[in-house]
Amino acid sequence: MRKGATWAGLALLLAVLAAAPLYVSPYVLGLLVGIAGYVTLATAWAMFSGPTRYVSLATVAFFGIGAYTVAVLSETLPYPLVLLVAALIGLAVALVVGLSTLRLAGVYFVIFTFGLAELVRQLVTWYEINVTGTLGRYIFLPLGPEHIYWQLLALAAFTLSLSWWVSRSRIGLALKVIGDDEVVAAHSGINLTRTKLMLFAASSVIITLVGAIQAPRWTYVEPAIVFNPTLSFLTLIMALLGGATRLWGPALGAIPLFLLFEWLAANFPNHYSILLGLLFILIVFVLPNGVLAFAEKLWGGNAGKVAAATRGTPPS
Amino acid sequence: MLEIEKLAVSYGKHIALHDVGLAVGKGETVVILGANGAGKSSLIKAICGMVPARGESAIRHLGKSLIGLPAHGILEAGIATVPEGRGIFGDLTVDENLQIGAYVRRARQGEAKRRALVFELFPRLAERRRQTASTMSGGEQQMLAIGRALMSDPTLLMLDEPSLGLAPVLVQELFAALSRIRETGVGLMIVEQNVRISLSIADRGYLMEAGRVVGQGSATELIEDPQVQRAFLGMAATAQ
Repeated sequence: MRKGATWAGLALLLAVLAAAPLYVSPYVLGLLVGIAGYVTLATAWAMFSGPTRYVSLATVAFFGIGAYTVAVLSETLPYPLVLLVAALIGLAVALVVGLSTLRLAGVYFVIFTFGLAELVRQLVTWYEINVTGTLGRYIFLPLGPEHIYWQLLALAAFTLSLSWWVSRSRIGLALKVIGDDEVVAAHSGINLTRTKLMLFAASSVIITLVGAIQAPRWTYVEPAIVFNPTLSFLTLIMALLGGATRLWGPALGAIPLFLLFEWLAANFPNHYSILLGLLFILIVFVLPNGVLAFAEKLWGGNAGKVAAATRGTPPS
Repeated sequence: MLEIEKLAVSYGKHIALHDVGLAVGKGETVVILGANGAGKSSLIKAICGMVPARGESAIRHLGKSLIGLPAHGILEAGIATVPEGRGIFGDLTVDENLQIGAYVRRARQGEAKRRALVFELFPRLAERRRQTASTMSGGEQQMLAIGRALMSDPTLLMLDEPSLGLAPVLVQELFAALSRIRETGVGLMIVEQNVRISLSIADRGYLMEAGRVVGQGSATELIEDPQVQRAFLGMAATAQ
């Protein structure tokens, strides 16, 4: 009964959200596009980084790859094919990067992923200046904000479903114990490399697609815009605020923070970055495990006990 | 069952194991004795795939070569390891730890049966199925680590210093459990500082020193061996 009601509720929510372009103002629709984008980014990021605790700052590398692929190919290939190519490029980069870096632990992985985003940006810039002779490209696609919104909404729904499925599957359990202790995980027969690589690739492809889908909104694209490292930090902080190890955590972090950032950017354009940094520090200090975990703790042992009890016997 | 020849392991210039040869028969219990730094842990790590063996080495289990296999491949071949000090996932419950133990392909059938066996061997774990592992005592955690390893349906179970840090009464309990595991037909290879009690449940033992095997014999031979008595049993005075 309860399960059925949950599903019906989710389907209804999705329908209401999908119909939004019919009844909201263009300004609100713009906000919804941004929210759908960040909900997807944060959820996809947390799908890999939440359980494994591999903090990735490569988000913008994949996002930018997606956006740039659209910028380069949108006049030569039909749009669905462009998205497919973007996803494939994202996958290829994720596999190469994953194979070479997922052995790095802790802070080394963080630094590498941050460097990767810069490297990709510099490579694209170098190529544009020295080979094509232009920096910046125009994207003329007959896509309105509502089309972008629907695509992002579908991708967000898909990402949340995938994340839900992973968390309940064997691979989800494997991912969780990799975050706990890699040595013991290896002794338990888990193929560390393959497990991490699969999830890193899935997460990266989704992030690439967000970039590809959002690209037509800019009309004009250049490396400094689509490879802006702030995007990586925003995604990270959203996931952390909500709680990176919970299904709805990243989404619940993304919505309020996106709105807050919009408001800050509009009202304090010159101090935006400072406020962002302060907020980042505050969240890490006050809510290290995210709002959801904090709320559970606040509502007392009860919720915690129930959660512990329902974890119960695994299906055999 | 397990056959090792010319096993060599080095960490950079430091040679940890040199020309090591040993064997564990089917259902046999073998103890590896040696001082700190003799290479006992390197031996375990080389067998379970955590450190690479050098070119000339040969490690076979049930006729299958293990050289170059990743850690999960070695578990799949039937060798489970309880690493020194930490063999469990502290954030997970007892039940979840055991579930992870049965992650390998060879263990997917009969998981419930083996879980029942683990609870029979360690009744305390059955009482604490839903408890988070990190909140249990050291002895219970070690039992869970062994239970986790048994869930993979191994033909050989390797234990690296299982009694380390346990109170004497728990050490007794631990070896009683290992003795029962032995009766189920699982081969055991135990690296232990606690020589007397480990030899009491063993068939045979090997002596290691400076990365080499320097002696071997049946458990009864070893316990009488003056070299062993002098080095490990504190009998220097009586040996005269």
